[in-house]
Amino acid sequence: MSGQTDPRAFLGPDRADGTIYNDPALYEMEMERIFMRNWIWVAHRSDLPEAGDFITTFVGAHPVIVSRDRKGAVHVMLNRCRHRAATVCELSKGRTSSFVCPYHGWAYGLDGALRALPQPAGYGDLLNKSELPLVGLRVEEYAGLIFATFDPEAPSLDEWLGAARPWIDLFMKQGAGWPVKTMGEHRFTFPGNWKIQLENTTDAYHFPIVHKSFLDSVDRETQDTFDFVEGSGFVEDLGNGHSVMVMIPELVDLEADLDAPIPERFQDLADALLKDYAPEQVRRIVRAVGGSGFNLNLFPNLACSMAFFRVLRPLGVHETEIRHIAIGMDGGPESGNQARLRLHEHFQGPMGFGTPDDAEAWDRVQRGSVAGRDISILLNRGLAHEEAGPDGRLRSDVSAETGMRAAYRQWLASLEAGPGPSLPAQTGSCSHKAAGERV
Amino acid sequence: MTISLNEAVELVTLEADLLDHDGFREWLDLYVPDGLYIVPIDPNAATFEGVLNYAYDDAHMREKRVERLLGGRSISAAPPARTVRMLGRYRMLEASDETCVLRCAMTLTELRQHRLREYAANITYTLIKTNTGLKIQNKIIKLLNSTENLTAISYIL
Ligand code: FES
Ligand SMILES: [Fe+2]
Repeated sequence: MSGQTDPRAFLGPDRADGTIYNDPALYEMEMERIFMRNWIWVAHRSDLPEAGDFITTFVGAHPVIVSRDRKGAVHVMLNRCRHRAATVCELSKGRTSSFVCPYHGWAYGLDGALRALPQPAGYGDLLNKSELPLVGLRVEEYAGLIFATFDPEAPSLDEWLGAARPWIDLFMKQGAGWPVKTMGEHRFTFPGNWKIQLENTTDAYHFPIVHKSFLDSVDRETQDTFDFVEGSGFVEDLGNGHSVMVMIPELVDLEADLDAPIPERFQDLADALLKDYAPEQVRRIVRAVGGSGFNLNLFPNLACSMAFFRVLRPLGVHETEIRHIAIGMDGGPESGNQARLRLHEHFQGPMGFGTPDDAEAWDRVQRGSVAGRDISILLNRGLAHEEAGPDGRLRSDVSAETGMRAAYRQWLASLEAGPGPSLPAQTGSCSHKAAGERV
Repeated sequence: MTISLNEAVELVTLEADLLDHDGFREWLDLYVPDGLYIVPIDPNAATFEGVLNYAYDDAHMREKRVERLLGGRSISAAPPARTVRMLGRYRMLEASDETCVLRCAMTLTELRQHRLREYAANITYTLIKTNTGLKIQNKIIKLLNSTENLTAISYIL
């Protein structure tokens, strides 16, 4: 498969071939070399706050359990029984002290260790429990964002996120001093390739066109706030495929400029909050409720997108799952969090005023991309005036395709890095083999 | 006199017909001003204000939703999907002179861009007597697949 597939054939520095959304062999290669080797976002800390909490999710195509053990450590483990492969847990979330496989009753701890199995005498001395834990992935966390990778040789998460870290810190100021928590999600699919979605969260160019009907539905002040395509915002390549798109520069640091006037649409909320909070904190909360003024794209599957997390998961060459996860203030005022929920519902999700129009555009990209042969997808917007800053990072105007070019550079680098020799041995297949020899 | 099943069914059938035949402006008038149109995600949620829903529309948002459908400026709703919905399995859960709670089933078929989709939902209506007749106080649409992956629903359920 990947022997014949040359990723370079799909991509130039400022363009891609339409087949990049359509080639099944390329898709297989992406799933192996990107989704098994890069750091993949799996959960937010608040999804599993207490010992014993777990969620089930996916790393690429692989079903995983994310759990918090008694000591508070987070584990990401393949949701696959070491006996004959049944998934050990099908709940989307919960609290437990162990995971018991429903097929023959093998029981695993929160850390994945195989604790017990029925009638062990049937194995004689063929089976060493310590060699058969649920297969664990590497797990690291930054600012509440939990990532996992299959790759034992991947750089540390800190190194991987690099220049994106200060932007994550800025994004988390939406907690207004409280920790950020997730507050539910809109989850939907669209019949198209995942990279169409990857491009979209760093595409300011489409906003005034695709989101006309959303802009029609908000007040004048909000329309002005969202009128950013010719504004002073920018897109910056943050390295490793990550990028930031600053749409509303005044809303980069939510704790700066606390004297700025409160937008009219938040005046009622502000008035109500004044009963319980000092004026300074009210301004902080109100700014947090309005959301950040930037999209931070973290390659390959997470975007910290203005006021929510956007998570993508490829389901097939032509099928992609998208989650828009609402966030709020953990411990903050209920009224503020409710305002955030209503804002989320207004734009996001299958019945929002924004997402369905986005989805229609992605859908059309997918359908149009099969027309003809050798016709480029252009990725060159903003290239003419793109410049490297003193730190060497490329930057262009807000509607530039700088972030897409950054993502595709990492896409190519990941695919060209090859399958990597150490991958199978380090992810638990090692003990698998040992067991295989003995049983 | 206690609100009868017939009166209640007549109102919700009118609503269904209006929504299937682009009667969106008239649809707005079926609700009382403080009425709510809610499409929850969590099938077990009992209250909706404090949780994320697909839609939690007060009068203002309902108005905006209708403008979006009629405005022709939304690529996912220009033209809007065509729908045919069937209501049935009516049961009056509570009824008094002033108000009643009606639960029913809905199946809806949607056609948009050559794709036919089916939805099923439990709907709970709270209806209220006003000077201008029976009106909708709130409508809660619990899609059978609300916790599954959905695709865009650019119309009114
Ligand atoms: S497959 Fe899990 S115990 Fe047999
Ligand atoms: Fe968009």
